[in-house]
Amino acid sequence: MSSARFWLASLAITAILLVLTRWQIENGYFYFAAYVVLQSVVLATAWNILGGYTGYINFGVGAFFAFGAYSSVVLHKLTTVPLPVMIAAGGLVSGLLGFLMGCLTLRLKGVFFAIATLALAIVAQTLIVNWAFVGGSRGIYIIRPQHAPLAGGYVQYLYSLMLVLSWLSIAIARTIERSHLGLGLAAIRDDEQAAEASGVPTLRLRLLATTLSGALMGMAGAPFPYYVTYLDPTSSFSLAYAVNAVAMPLIGGMTSWIGPVIGALLLGTVQQVATVTISSALNLLIVGLLLIAFVIIAPNGIVGLFARRRVRRR
Amino acid sequence: MIAAAAAPLLAVTGLGKQFGGFVALDGIDLEIAEGERLGLIGPNGSGKSTLVNCLCGTLRHDRGEIRFAGRRLDGVPAHQRTRRGLARSFQLPRPFGTMSLVDNLRIPLLYAANARPGMHLGDAAIEQHCLALLGAVGLADRARRRPRELTQVEMRKLELARAVASGPRLLFADEAMAGLSTAEVEEILAVLLRLNESGITIVLIEHIMRAVMSFSTRLVVLVAGRKIADGMPQEVMRNPEVERAYLGE
Repeated sequence: MSSARFWLASLAITAILLVLTRWQIENGYFYFAAYVVLQSVVLATAWNILGGYTGYINFGVGAFFAFGAYSSVVLHKLTTVPLPVMIAAGGLVSGLLGFLMGCLTLRLKGVFFAIATLALAIVAQTLIVNWAFVGGSRGIYIIRPQHAPLAGGYVQYLYSLMLVLSWLSIAIARTIERSHLGLGLAAIRDDEQAAEASGVPTLRLRLLATTLSGALMGMAGAPFPYYVTYLDPTSSFSLAYAVNAVAMPLIGGMTSWIGPVIGALLLGTVQQVATVTISSALNLLIVGLLLIAFVIIAPNGIVGLFARRRVRRR
Repeated sequence: MIAAAAAPLLAVTGLGKQFGGFVALDGIDLEIAEGERLGLIGPNGSGKSTLVNCLCGTLRHDRGEIRFAGRRLDGVPAHQRTRRGLARSFQLPRPFGTMSLVDNLRIPLLYAANARPGMHLGDAAIEQHCLALLGAVGLADRARRRPRELTQVEMRKLELARAVASGPRLLFADEAMAGLSTAEVEEILAVLLRLNESGITIVLIEHIMRAVMSFSTRLVVLVAGRKIADGMPQEVMRNPEVERAYLGE
């Protein structure tokens, strides 16, 4: 399917899903939980552009997510712009952070790059902790608007926005994967020196990947203050975002756009069910156990498992 | 009237490279003419691969000047040098492991050959060109396979085909025959000769002297980062300094 057709078809599916859920489901908790699962889809898809396609492991997911969230806080305090504008601004701010991270880590590879991204998250958190305008270490309360722009409550509105963001991130990821850019990123992942010797402008493509990946993570974080209504650095910069964003593509499969989506839907849903039925403290344990299981059973994720079976049948 | 000599394709002047206190290249001067078949030999650690890495942009040289087709290459990144027509194959094959053989060749076609002014191959033309290149090295029937399914000699051929896909004027074949059997060495030699006949200047860096002597029209010898001989292969091999370097005092 061509990229243009995929954009249209996936947009149609998103619209149908949106109408069906908003029309059929009245249970408020569904939207509350679905928002988190969809947020995972965006984060995992965004992470996979740099981690899966390009082979650069980013543990600084929390920083990009939080910068998106705090850019909304700033806009909330200074302006009355609608949430979609805040999402765009969050994408811009975190995209810029991604670009800066790319520039600072141009010569780093493998584990050194991963550690640098972790360090970046700590530096970014320290900045926010010491910035009183956005609440500093105490955090800040955000009062949602009384009326949502669409019919229904504000959480339903947030769910709708996150569904659209999921569509956007998936469509972007698939377009990259099937494009010349995707081929260049895959070459970097397979062998950066050979890629450079084949004419691939590796530094430029890496910068593009860090910027795009960061921007999408920031967009996922932008509505977060309105979802939680209280934002503090500890929760917004949580390492759990990075753990989930890494685990989901690993479980689903990292070389294809569908892998992170499957991983996020599977892991996100299991976590939500576990939160309600057992305990929210079990979330990371579930992630850990599933990761161990998949590393043993399907090191290339669910997508890799199916691809291997298809090859065997041939 | 005497005709002016054609400008060299590659001109290296006083090239130097150090790793800490170790001098890897010590004032190398080298000129390579268009269409030449140059053999570059020397004992292990003599600086052959360092020279190739400096010329291709993988390493930054400390001193000297490199000119390719009349233009300076100093400070030009590796991918830009490939686009200008300098290609290399690696000592140890470095294929793009998750891609098919066709996609391995698609990368240099898209990013090097197609990036040149006036070159705008469409997807279908690129696919055809990939298949033709794979056919030229005898890998057409493996086009949709992954590199891990190839034998050692096929891997070397893929490495050469990928370098050629970038549309080079000068190709460095860095130990393209290492570890191959006699028959396989002949196969690679035949591929290199065909590439040279098609107009590509080739620098063969090799330890297999039989292959070097049958392929090269000129021989350059490096020892401890210095060029100790440069000339016709038979003459160079009779050079006492070269004999000493290879056979000892």
